[in-house]
Amino acid sequence: MTYSKRSDGRKFDELREMEAKVGVIKRADGSAMFKIGKTTAYCAVYGPRNLYPKFLQNPLKGTLRVNYSMMPFSGSGNRVKPGPNRRAREISLVIEKAITPVLDLGEFPNSVIDIFIELPQTDAGTRCAGICAASMALADAGLAMTDLVAAVSVGRVDDKVVVDLCYDEEAYPDGPVADVPIAMLPNSGKISLLQMDGEISNEQLVKALKMGEVACKQIYEVQKAALKDKYKSTGDED
Amino acid sequence: MTAKQARQHIVKLLNKTARLDGRGFTEYRKPISIEYNISKSAEGSARVQIGETIVLAGVKMEIGQPYPDTPNQGGLMVGAELLPLSNPDFESGPPGIQAIELGRVVDRAIREAKAIDVEKLCITEGELCWVVSIDICTLNDAGNLFDAAALAALAALKNAKLPERDGKIIDYKKLTDEKLPIQRLPISVTVCKIADKFLVDPTNEEEEVIDARLTVAFMENGEICAMQKGGDMALTLADIEQMISIAAEKSNELRVVLDAD
Repeated sequence: MTYSKRSDGRKFDELREMEAKVGVIKRADGSAMFKIGKTTAYCAVYGPRNLYPKFLQNPLKGTLRVNYSMMPFSGSGNRVKPGPNRRAREISLVIEKAITPVLDLGEFPNSVIDIFIELPQTDAGTRCAGICAASMALADAGLAMTDLVAAVSVGRVDDKVVVDLCYDEEAYPDGPVADVPIAMLPNSGKISLLQMDGEISNEQLVKALKMGEVACKQIYEVQKAALKDKYKSTGDED
Repeated sequence: MTAKQARQHIVKLLNKTARLDGRGFTEYRKPISIEYNISKSAEGSARVQIGETIVLAGVKMEIGQPYPDTPNQGGLMVGAELLPLSNPDFESGPPGIQAIELGRVVDRAIREAKAIDVEKLCITEGELCWVVSIDICTLNDAGNLFDAAALAALAALKNAKLPERDGKIIDYKKLTDEKLPIQRLPISVTVCKIADKFLVDPTNEEEEVIDARLTVAFMENGEICAMQKGGDMALTLADIEQMISIAAEKSNELRVVLDAD
């Protein structure tokens, strides 16, 4: 068997169409929308703000809290029950770890930075879209960061190494699949999220990660453009 | 500013017929807009914006079994989530009483207006029916979630199409051209009372200091199908009459937006 043509007609190293915007949630200290294909993530950042109850406060450094959630109507199948589940909690954790390296939490003792990620529509790659939106929202909030974070899933579908798997590819029925979500700090090239499920050879994995690096740099450009765009508009607000 | 000072300031302005943002008492913020089909994962969806308040609503269709006491009717469920991303004061966790009230007030207007012909949702009497779930998610709470949520729920219903079905199995990837059996569109308007003044479309600052609010849902023929009074203070009959007449008038404005396409 061979996976000769991607289900949506893309090239094997091609990302889905992206759209990014910051400042979309006015009440938040920073916010962003990141859309890739049919996956849309909204992110709001609140803080640094006081952390209560008080016993949670850490006098040595600030706390980063990430809350990833799919809206009840965002799944391609049945309704998703609202509220945290084990999957959402784990994803929140790995997103937090993916973002922590670019922040200096030592600057905010006893405080919390809350990151809320919500997805109104999903077609795979939700944690990566969430990370892309979150790092833009943190920058929009004016927090000092050493880098942005760009994320994408890479992997293999049957005999091909691919970038940015959509749901049809994750669920490819006629051959082995591997899904490897990664997050990268584009300036240093370091990886801050790495997960994988499926089957993949060492050679394929190395090739996938190299393709992921190129893809993350493309995402980084979209993120930067969105951040600059906010200050280009000549509106009387902000 | 303390809550008391905030209230004094707002009341002082109201006495000069002014509001913090310069609007008239019965003037909605602009824009009031509806964007349809904002989630391709849902069978119907919409985004409603009133001023800076943004609410998303989505419809999911599932197959269920009719309740024993209504064997020839499908199901309807409305839920509201006050997402912590939309307001710094909202917290994560199970829905609080505010979210529950919001969901139930929206639900009541739709249910009591018989907005959906639930008998047409029945597939096999007593055995199979469609269950319509409307979920409301707040994206930016800049005040007046009640009216925005009610409008978003209706817009999502209007936008919804049935997915393809083979017995109990739904193919969510394929939507048919069949719309939901919608027969009425109830429009909800919330009128707030601060001191002796009545206003619509409150901002967050105004919501903090209201004495009472009344949400009234109107059908196309002008009849009322649901109400909810909120706030700590009691209302006189004269207050209620006046609030209903303001709501009736404003409901026409919102209906124009919903009917626009």
